[in-house]
Amino acid sequence: MVAYSRTRQDLVWKALGDTSRRRLLDLLHAHPGQTLLDLCAPLQMSRQAVSKHLALLEEAGLVAVVWRGREKLHYLNPAPIHAITERWIGKFERDRVQAVAALKRRLEDDE
Amino acid sequence: MSETKPSFVHVSYIASTADKVFAALTDGRFTQEYWGGRVVESDWKKGSPVRFSKRDGGDGGVKGTVLECAPPSLLVYTWQHSLPGVPPLPATKVTFSIKQVTPGNVRLQIVHEPHEAGSEVQEMVREGWSAVLSSLKSYLETGKPLEATQRWESEGR
Repeated sequence: MVAYSRTRQDLVWKALGDTSRRRLLDLLHAHPGQTLLDLCAPLQMSRQAVSKHLALLEEAGLVAVVWRGREKLHYLNPAPIHAITERWIGKFERDRVQAVAALKRRLEDDE
Repeated sequence: MSETKPSFVHVSYIASTADKVFAALTDGRFTQEYWGGRVVESDWKKGSPVRFSKRDGGDGGVKGTVLECAPPSLLVYTWQHSLPGVPPLPATKVTFSIKQVTPGNVRLQIVHEPHEAGSEVQEMVREGWSAVLSSLKSYLETGKPLEATQRWESEGR
């Protein structure tokens, strides 16, 4: 995945390598759009601790946030996980040269 | 202020330009490559219809109306499934936010949420987005969409 640098990939794996953070992802997968307060109760953790975990998840791109008024809603972002799935499970075509050339031809033909 | 909250949020970083990402989302010649063979049709003016067709011109099962269009950064339209013989379900709303975060990378955010009373974003649709957007990313970065979305077309989905 071209735009996911090694640093970003490291962030994803570091984020996933923690039980509480995986639990947060489970909670967001089950019920998207929860606030920080919503997420503290099931984890039985302080607001500060959950906030730190969410910040790490957000930095890794595993959680996306949307503001609704003054509320910050958290969502599980599927993109990095999908990238992992495609990398090791999907058949990922390595020969890109031909494909890029075809795209280039298509775009140039249209001009 | 909206009373409802989004059902689905997807953020990805694509090695491309905002213009190309916008074009990929709004030009049927591109959507047919990565969006399960679906051709998107619209003049993208506020209030204009949006239609997803199959490559052969047949009904692609989804239609909507343009709510906002500010190329290349913002695109918002309603999303309504059109199933034969069934009254249309209440429309949901899709918002695409496109931002060039570095000279080579675009941040694409999609929010899909309820729009009318009783509308909901179905699980099948949420899961579909993940595949379509990953295929879009692959298509823009490598010229090739993901196999998963190509299979949809041959499976008649």
